[in-house]
Amino acid sequence: MSAGPLGELEFFHGLEPGLLAVLADLGRDVTLEAGQVLFREGDPADRFFVLRRGRVAVELHDPVTGSHVVDTVEDGDAVGLSWFVTGTTWVFDARALAPTDVVVWDGVRLRAAFDADPALGYAVTQRLARVIYQRLRAARVRMLDLYGARR
Amino acid sequence: MTATVAPAATGPGGEVMAPRLFRVVGTRLDTADTVTLALAALDGEPLAFAAGQFTMLSVFGVGEVPISISGDPADPTVLHHTVRDVGGVTRAIVRSGPGDVLGVRGPFGTGWEVGHGEGGDVVIVAGGIGLAPLRPAVLELVARRERYGRVVLLYGARTPTDVLFEPELDAWRDRFGVDVVVTVDYGQPGWAGRVGLVTGLIARAGFDPSRTVALSCGPEVMMRYVAAELLDRGVAADRIRLSMERNMVCGVGLCGHCQLREIFTCVDGPVLGFDRLRPLMELREV
Repeated sequence: MSAGPLGELEFFHGLEPGLLAVLADLGRDVTLEAGQVLFREGDPADRFFVLRRGRVAVELHDPVTGSHVVDTVEDGDAVGLSWFVTGTTWVFDARALAPTDVVVWDGVRLRAAFDADPALGYAVTQRLARVIYQRLRAARVRMLDLYGARR
Repeated sequence: MTATVAPAATGPGGEVMAPRLFRVVGTRLDTADTVTLALAALDGEPLAFAAGQFTMLSVFGVGEVPISISGDPADPTVLHHTVRDVGGVTRAIVRSGPGDVLGVRGPFGTGWEVGHGEGGDVVIVAGGIGLAPLRPAVLELVARRERYGRVVLLYGARTPTDVLFEPELDAWRDRFGVDVVVTVDYGQPGWAGRVGLVTGLIARAGFDPSRTVALSCGPEVMMRYVAAELLDRGVAADRIRLSMERNMVCGVGLCGHCQLREIFTCVDGPVLGFDRLRPLMELREV
């Protein structure tokens, strides 16, 4: 089973049609109910998700204080980046906050496709790097606690 | 843009450094550390102001601080100030209760000039207590909602319990078609809304940059990122207006405490176009 067209998704913006077709062929569309878990911390990081519609919370669970949402992702965003590094486990939980449509890929198959076609691998890696850059920058700015005691 | 502002109100004898006396006629606890005060002039004279202006608000025997006006410019009979307790004078202000008398100088400074956005879209980006100075601008917008295209309010707060004016945010969304989007830095357990930087919302806001006016108030670091993101989206620098809330002391351009190189933010600002601010905000020393 393959996924529907991907070109409208922000994450894949600008990717050439041939590469989009390869990625669509490797992916599949899944619909999640609100509250459904995409992955849990500690489980093997074996899948990649891009949201078509909806909202997903990236959470860190504390046994005493409960789950803390550290980020939310929405339409067109990628969620779950650990799969890109071989042999890793998820470092956060991810949970749908609303009815959510996602495209999901098997991480092992996707990395194999990148090995077989470095142009595809580079194009997706560029987009992953942009997401990592944006999230790292956002995390650093949030560390400043800008809305705290001093405006 | 030419500033259109209400004339600075003066104290007894026309002296701008002398405060007028205002009595607290109402208080509202907005969050754990933020209070909105309603003030009425003892002399009964209304205090006309432009959205975006501030006053120098004083507690006798404690001190004086600049506070933006958060009320409705269409109703100058009651002066509203939304104040966050960050210690010292602001603590004394938020502890004021009905009947207490405060000193008010002003209004001072430039306004948002919301009318410049008529016929186009308006994007408002607020961070933390920065929503308070923008509230008068939103009230002007919703009062003449039919004159504007899309009106988008992007609001970042520290936590869900720090979100200001929550009932009004709902009303602006439901009754006036304002696209209100709230995000927080720290999502508490049970929060099902957005978590992340307010700047991350701009890309999804869906406005026409060629006919957009943007207004922003919040921490300067935030506004720098906001302006950069808006420029990236194609909004012209002179159509991005930021409220620069430096350390105003005199409020009338005399003392220089609020100076941003050649700009006295108390009289040339606080609301300034990014075309003028950009070279200054890029200077580390300023």
